[in-house]
Amino acid sequence: MMKAYIRSAASISAQNTFGGQDFLTDVVAYQTTRLGTIEPDYKTYIDPKLIRRMSHVIKMGVAAAMECLKQAGVDQPDAIITGTAFGIMEDTVTFLTRIIEMQEEMLPPTAFIQSTHNTVAAQIALMLKCHNYNNTFVHKGVSFESALLDALMLLNEGEASNVLVGGIDEMIDTSFTVLTRLGLYKRWPVSNLALYQEKSKGTIGGEGAAFFVLSDTLSAGNLAELSGLRSFYNPDTTLDVSDTITAFLKEHNLAVADIDLLITGKNGDINNDAPYDQLKVELFSQTTCANYKHLCGEYPTSSSFALWLAANIIHRQTVPAVLLEQVADVKSLKKVLIYNRYQNKYHSLMLVSAC
Amino acid sequence: MNTPVYIAGLGVISAIGNNVQEHLNAFKNEAAGMGDITHFESVHRGVLPVAEVKMTNHELAEKAGMLLDASRTTLLSLLAAREALTDAEIPNLSSLRTGFVSANTVGGMDRSEDFFTRFLKDNSKGKLRNVYDHECGSITEAVANELGITDFMTTLSTACSSSANAVFYGARLIRNGLLDVVIAGGADALTKFTLNGFNTLMILDKEFCKPFDQNREGLNLGEGAGYVVLVSDRVAKTLNKQAYCRLSGYNNSNDAYHQTASSPDGTGSYMAMRGALNKAGLQPEDIDYINVHGTGTPNNDSAEGTAIRRLFDPHYPAMSSTKSFTGHTLGASGGIEAVFSALAVKHGIIYPNLRFETQMEELPVAPETHFREGQQTDHVMSNSFGFGGNCTSLIFSKI
Repeated sequence: MMKAYIRSAASISAQNTFGGQDFLTDVVAYQTTRLGTIEPDYKTYIDPKLIRRMSHVIKMGVAAAMECLKQAGVDQPDAIITGTAFGIMEDTVTFLTRIIEMQEEMLPPTAFIQSTHNTVAAQIALMLKCHNYNNTFVHKGVSFESALLDALMLLNEGEASNVLVGGIDEMIDTSFTVLTRLGLYKRWPVSNLALYQEKSKGTIGGEGAAFFVLSDTLSAGNLAELSGLRSFYNPDTTLDVSDTITAFLKEHNLAVADIDLLITGKNGDINNDAPYDQLKVELFSQTTCANYKHLCGEYPTSSSFALWLAANIIHRQTVPAVLLEQVADVKSLKKVLIYNRYQNKYHSLMLVSAC
Repeated sequence: MNTPVYIAGLGVISAIGNNVQEHLNAFKNEAAGMGDITHFESVHRGVLPVAEVKMTNHELAEKAGMLLDASRTTLLSLLAAREALTDAEIPNLSSLRTGFVSANTVGGMDRSEDFFTRFLKDNSKGKLRNVYDHECGSITEAVANELGITDFMTTLSTACSSSANAVFYGARLIRNGLLDVVIAGGADALTKFTLNGFNTLMILDKEFCKPFDQNREGLNLGEGAGYVVLVSDRVAKTLNKQAYCRLSGYNNSNDAYHQTASSPDGTGSYMAMRGALNKAGLQPEDIDYINVHGTGTPNNDSAEGTAIRRLFDPHYPAMSSTKSFTGHTLGASGGIEAVFSALAVKHGIIYPNLRFETQMEELPVAPETHFREGQQTDHVMSNSFGFGGNCTSLIFSKI
């Protein structure tokens, strides 16, 4: 059974989550179809000369990674692994636009150079002069989970003791326009804090960067333990996962009653949310339930934000009220289960425990 | 954790052939695959040679049994992956835990380019079907659906080392006891995006490329797909025919020097090769042949050559760049060259490095210039290096 200690966690999101702030005490409300991120002072983390050339996703990824390493007190991670479904979308679109507008002549190279999906992981390595293992996963709604699995395997193999792993995705105007045309988002602005009461089609777009240092050794400052990870694909959008979840818990010698908090990937789209609601009736009727996408929006690696929440919830032994589906008084938080079901096809389960 | 992982099946498509046998024939005939751009419109047609797969999208779709609106990358990926899986003839495959680990660098960019031309003029225009598979993961998903693989799938993208990383990630999934069988490799179709991207870097040769030659002037872009079927020790024992070889060593190191350029002393390349040898428990003199990354750019070949000298001097193995045949197939190259390396081990093949004339000053030896069979090839190394300093070496060993 592969597991790891979460030594540190850093998140840049649409909420005040970055850099030693209180845990979601100052919740930001939006009336929108798309959540951007609250920008940190990048100069604290990145050489200003480099900042100018970096597009948003690179800055946000690198800054979250640096803050995460700082919190862990790790100078050189044994591996750097990222997950991103969209990659470096802004630079990709910039270069594509120029090819068309300038008819393939006299193109500047910078956007192309930065457009490869591994740019964030590469820039982190470059800034740290870190020659160690470096990998990037780009598989839709389980890009972050794929990166996590790689990290867990490296720890299990004894190839690494501290692994920096992160989920990053940006939402730019072009992708938002295209994805809106594909029917992913609501057609009118909604209150993010009332997202689940909308009961209509579509969700709100989002973006973010969340990084973690996973470690094979228990140390005093650890936030939590990542005790289990399972992700899978199933094209049957009506799939009932009750048995899969029960089996997953059993593998970890747990029953549903042992789960102190369930965090699900509800996003305000009635078709997306129905299977979660059904699951709660079938399996988790007695479990305290929380949601997170009203805070960060929907994006393929949003489960990294959920893991950031879970690690903090366990570490601080408190569940911010803004997350809870119903008012609840949660006393002891030992086991948190995250279930995300991206576009009803990519499923992921993460079990997070107190150390 | 260090149980052997075997390669039981191979599949490849590139400018020099549509399957494994056609590739072997092309190598024997020393026939390169470069030519003019024919599959898309470009101002570079007639100026920059490329190595295209010699089939139109229509022909590929028909051969693959897929709809014509699939990305060319999906079609290439499916054909090579299916060849590999068929070749492996794994008994009772349905009872085994099977995964698909694939890599590419620009997903369905060939279709996105079509979409984007119309979209740029009017944001309400452009066929959505053309942009639906833009994401890298979409290619993998489409192919996995066709192959009927549901247990596990993922996609890697580390520029030009992508599919070499996919191959060894697959091996690790087996070694960690998560899967029994993994089809691993990668695919990339030629696109205007990558052609123009590399052109802005001024590293495309207007002639056919000359890897590891003192007077090399750049690379030729290619396209294709290559996959190996990795199986566990337990599955290998049930095979009807002997596996090709073992994947005995692998390493991923980062050059951490520059986003696109390699360090002058090839730090990342050196560490990747050294790490792969350590993993395999081998010494440099045990390697019989290196399928070098050898793109033909002054920078790559100089850095790689320097790293090889640092590691192997004075025991130089035979070496060559098969990119002199296939062009640089980017995210597919690690998978394609893994197939070539497995064949090299199995059949004692040393591939020729075409168009070589003048020895590089960084390296006191010349690459192989003619096709040879029946050689001793107990251990073969394959190098794949990419943007972002991503350097990966794989070692394939005789069973």
